[in-house]
Amino acid sequence: MAETLKILVEAVAEYAIPVILFSILTLGVFKKVKMFEAFVEGAKGGFEVAIKIIPFLVAILVAIGMFRASGAMDYLISFITPLTDLIGLPAEALPVAIMRPLSGSGSLGLVTEIMETHGPDSFIGNLVSTMYGSTETTFYVLAVYFGSVGVTRTRHAVAAGLLADAAGLIAALLICRLVF
Amino acid sequence: MLNYVWISLVFVSLVVGAVNGTLPEVTEAAFNMAKTSVSIAMGLIGVMALWMGILKIAEEGGLHRFLARLLRPVSKRLFPDIPHDHPAIMNMLLNLSANWLGLSNAATPFGLKAMEDLQRLNQNSKTASNAMVVFLALNTAAITFVPVTILAVRSSLNSVSPGAIIGSTIVAGVCATVTGVVAAKLLEKLPVFRRKADVTSESVAEEGK
Repeated sequence: MAETLKILVEAVAEYAIPVILFSILTLGVFKKVKMFEAFVEGAKGGFEVAIKIIPFLVAILVAIGMFRASGAMDYLISFITPLTDLIGLPAEALPVAIMRPLSGSGSLGLVTEIMETHGPDSFIGNLVSTMYGSTETTFYVLAVYFGSVGVTRTRHAVAAGLLADAAGLIAALLICRLVF
Repeated sequence: MLNYVWISLVFVSLVVGAVNGTLPEVTEAAFNMAKTSVSIAMGLIGVMALWMGILKIAEEGGLHRFLARLLRPVSKRLFPDIPHDHPAIMNMLLNLSANWLGLSNAATPFGLKAMEDLQRLNQNSKTASNAMVVFLALNTAAITFVPVTILAVRSSLNSVSPGAIIGSTIVAGVCATVTGVVAAKLLEKLPVFRRKADVTSESVAEEGK
């Protein structure tokens, strides 16, 4: 079972992109698209978009970097601990929950550290792995995606994203209690 | 709201930094992250160009019409404002599928292209459209069938069964996604989040041609 799964996962990682490329190019051949021209025309946009997101990346990553470096992140965690004790979230897992929407590399660091200490197959190891896999770096995505098109009034996007994160984290806790 | 989050992060960091005596670290973090941001963007240029080129071929080949027809039953509920054969649907689907497969290199270019399409429908307004918020809820909640990064970390730490968490990750991701979409749909009706009437429906009708 574990072996089949491993083979499947590796196959996806190895073949997904070649298959996508092949399919789209084959489609282009059949539809007689002027491939080279179309490719270059589209690719021109790549530079522009990458440059356009720089200010937004700087804004969000600097703010989060400062927040972590100042020690404010630790205060936030100790402030929320009583709440998470109520739902039975292990104390070590809480920083992961808070860090996840803010910083991908930060939360991955925490997850790795927890698995190193407790072992990847421990309950908490499985829990933080699930938490990491089932949510995204919400603030980063919002800042970059909205930033790239110049939207500054984001309305309910932050609220919806954070509610989704919270639901994902709680669901991760419940499902892990059930299966591990 | 991103506005308030941002200013709170910076302000709290400065105050806490002053109280804790960690101001030098705070300053250093700010400069380091500013540099990191640019290297992230630079690293993105090539991949962005590659995928946007491929996407252009897909678009001219008519892939978006095919996918849009296939997704019609779902997309008309999630994105009632988007004309059903608009390329935005294809780009959003590609972004989400890349996320599901854990292909983060491909996901960002598709996602940014999708935002570009949505913004055209939004008549380049500075205010987010309902479709954008639903799309980003789907995106940030992220169902991952192949959580590549976490599998790699688990393997490197000699896990007996690195893939054990795939099932639980999918279930938690589905919960997050459903919550995100429902929240986006409900919150868009709240007076606080409602957009001003000036740029809404007429822009959509025009782009639909």
